[in-house]
Amino acid sequence: MMENIFGFSISPSSAINMDKVDRALFEELCRVEPDAVRCMACGSCSATCPAAAFSGMSIRKVLLCLQRGKEKEAFRMMSNCMLCGKCTMVCPRGINTRRLVLSISRIYGKEDTK
Amino acid sequence: MREIYLSGYNNFVLPFVIGMLFCLTWCIIGAARIILQLPGKDRKRFFLSLVNPKTMSKNIRDWFCDCLFHVKLWKRNKLLGYMHSSIAFGWFMLIVIGHIEVFLYTPERVHQIWYPIFFRYFVAVTDTTMKGSFFFFLMDFFLLIVLSGIVLAIIKRAHSRLFGMRRTTQPSLPDLIGLYSLWSIFPLRLLAEGFTADISGGSFLTKSLNMVLHSFLSDYMNMLPTWWAYSIALGIFMCVLPFSRYMHIPAEILLIPLRNAGISISSARRGMASIQVYSCPSCGVCIDACPMGAVKANTKDSTVYLNRQLKRNNKARIDEISEKCLLCGKCTAVCPVGVEGDKIRIAQRAAKKYNLTPDYSNIGTDAVNFQYNKKVIQKNNNVSSSDNKKVLYFAGCMTALTPVIMKSMVSLLEKAGAEYDVMDRDGGICCGRPMMMAGRIGPARQMIEKNTRIIKESGAGILLLSCPICYRIFKENYKLEGIEILHHTQYIERMINEGRLDIDRSDSRLVYHDPCELGRGCGVYQSPRNVVSRAGVLVEASKNGKESICCGGSIGSISLGFDKRRPLTENALASLTADSPDIIVTACPLCRSTFSRYADRPVNDIAEIVDKATSADKR
Repeated sequence: MMENIFGFSISPSSAINMDKVDRALFEELCRVEPDAVRCMACGSCSATCPAAAFSGMSIRKVLLCLQRGKEKEAFRMMSNCMLCGKCTMVCPRGINTRRLVLSISRIYGKEDTK
Repeated sequence: MREIYLSGYNNFVLPFVIGMLFCLTWCIIGAARIILQLPGKDRKRFFLSLVNPKTMSKNIRDWFCDCLFHVKLWKRNKLLGYMHSSIAFGWFMLIVIGHIEVFLYTPERVHQIWYPIFFRYFVAVTDTTMKGSFFFFLMDFFLLIVLSGIVLAIIKRAHSRLFGMRRTTQPSLPDLIGLYSLWSIFPLRLLAEGFTADISGGSFLTKSLNMVLHSFLSDYMNMLPTWWAYSIALGIFMCVLPFSRYMHIPAEILLIPLRNAGISISSARRGMASIQVYSCPSCGVCIDACPMGAVKANTKDSTVYLNRQLKRNNKARIDEISEKCLLCGKCTAVCPVGVEGDKIRIAQRAAKKYNLTPDYSNIGTDAVNFQYNKKVIQKNNNVSSSDNKKVLYFAGCMTALTPVIMKSMVSLLEKAGAEYDVMDRDGGICCGRPMMMAGRIGPARQMIEKNTRIIKESGAGILLLSCPICYRIFKENYKLEGIEILHHTQYIERMINEGRLDIDRSDSRLVYHDPCELGRGCGVYQSPRNVVSRAGVLVEASKNGKESICCGGSIGSISLGFDKRRPLTENALASLTADSPDIIVTACPLCRSTFSRYADRPVNDIAEIVDKATSADKR
């Protein structure tokens, strides 16, 4: 990739090719946490999250990223999750977000996918 | 006393001797293993505590009060207490007096472990000395006490409500074998000693039995089978003891000095956790206590069943039970032997492996935009106060969801003329307690470090918290030398006592709900009650203080879903509204929002109540 020519650089493409995304882990997550697909992306969790100020954490976005195979992005956001449970309190769908975060931490991030 | 048999031995002692030796070996090896499993530092502490006269005297007191007299059960229910202490203390005295008899009359037999147990078979009375009849009387008296306990135990199996227990533990197979052999030991002993009452002497119980059932008991053909049966019952009990709930008898003897040495659970299945699991007597007091018991399906998730699964090493169930728990700590508070159900569960959670670990190194402590709200209000000179210390108010995550608490608290601080800063007006770092409760100690420690730095840099003298969840971890895990950590109930009480808040008492009836982390977690029961009774008429819930019922919103539970919590909340509300209060008052933002979801009357935080009751400006 061309980098830093006259102070400009090219952002990596953000296009997602779903054919290249390995959905195995996401499907495993959905099996363990059926709640993962019940999110209606209202953003309540994003609005209340105290970690959002530091890493842009948002369960809504994490789910979206994992679904689309952008795992690195999801892990970066999740790295500041403090498990405080505010998102669980505000979720209108009653999703148990704390367990969701813990399950993601268990299923994802094995050495080969990191 | 004269010996009848030269050898001092009969084959019938074998079942007892085998059982006793097996049980002793098992317990000694187990105790050694547990002590070896302790971390080196704790082991040293344990041995040092054994030579410290102060802890040793506490040990002895606890051994008598807990193991023998079951004082905690007496406090719960007199009948339950009598049942347990009569069997434990009565049996203990039978063993002790049996040994005294051997020491006095046949000292050469002391090394034969069966001799004190079957003493009456081997000896004949020569002259009825005062001393002899005194011991005979004591032996019969304590046997009667044990028998009365056994009768109560049999009644309890069918009518546990008489003993103050709604639900009892379902016994496992070894428990049942142990139970029936224990029940049969003492009637058999009475019968066996009834045979020899005319030879070896007896007192009001054995002698009368010998006279009443003379035709049966004077036939010596029946004698040996009865002594065999007595010995076999003892043998079975001893053999099954390590695998049944009766393991709590030897385990508790070790647990008490370990606890008094100040050792806490550091590993999921080893050391302190293991001895606590084996000390569980399966009494089932925790079943009724568990707030999840409002739904009958959850009964099997109480601490007694967790301990059973831990003994069986049933991993799937251990995970399920330990993740479901709300960590309200009520089982720990009511447990008669001191099994810490909440801490055992956190240890199980901590043993789980995660691939992704949070890392907060990117969070700078000054990047946290906690705006200093530099408001220094003129001080009134005639107020003697602890006010020269600056207050740092950490509202916490949950308070951020109920901003009214923060608003009221800030308003109170203004009214009292305190110098204060708000640490997390625009969001901050979590205190770390939720992470700790999920068993992830490492990330929690990182948060603790960050917050400690922020607090120390602020130069505050008082750290004020309005969330009991935060309060507990600040009390337990933060090292903030020179900074006083106060929950807002304590701080409000202080402000009122110092005359800095002018509070008008109203006639409304207020019921106070003890939040788990504030009450059982930190032992703060009185301050909030003092404050509430200054603002209105304090009424009590049907279960309060140590027995307060968790609101059901606890973040302690990992797996309990939102819809599963509603019956728990409703159950807690039913207890709170028993005395028909006008307003439910609590001191926890989480309880407040959970209750207000389903309550039929207003739910307020203590700060709101006080803020409404204080006049706008005193100064």
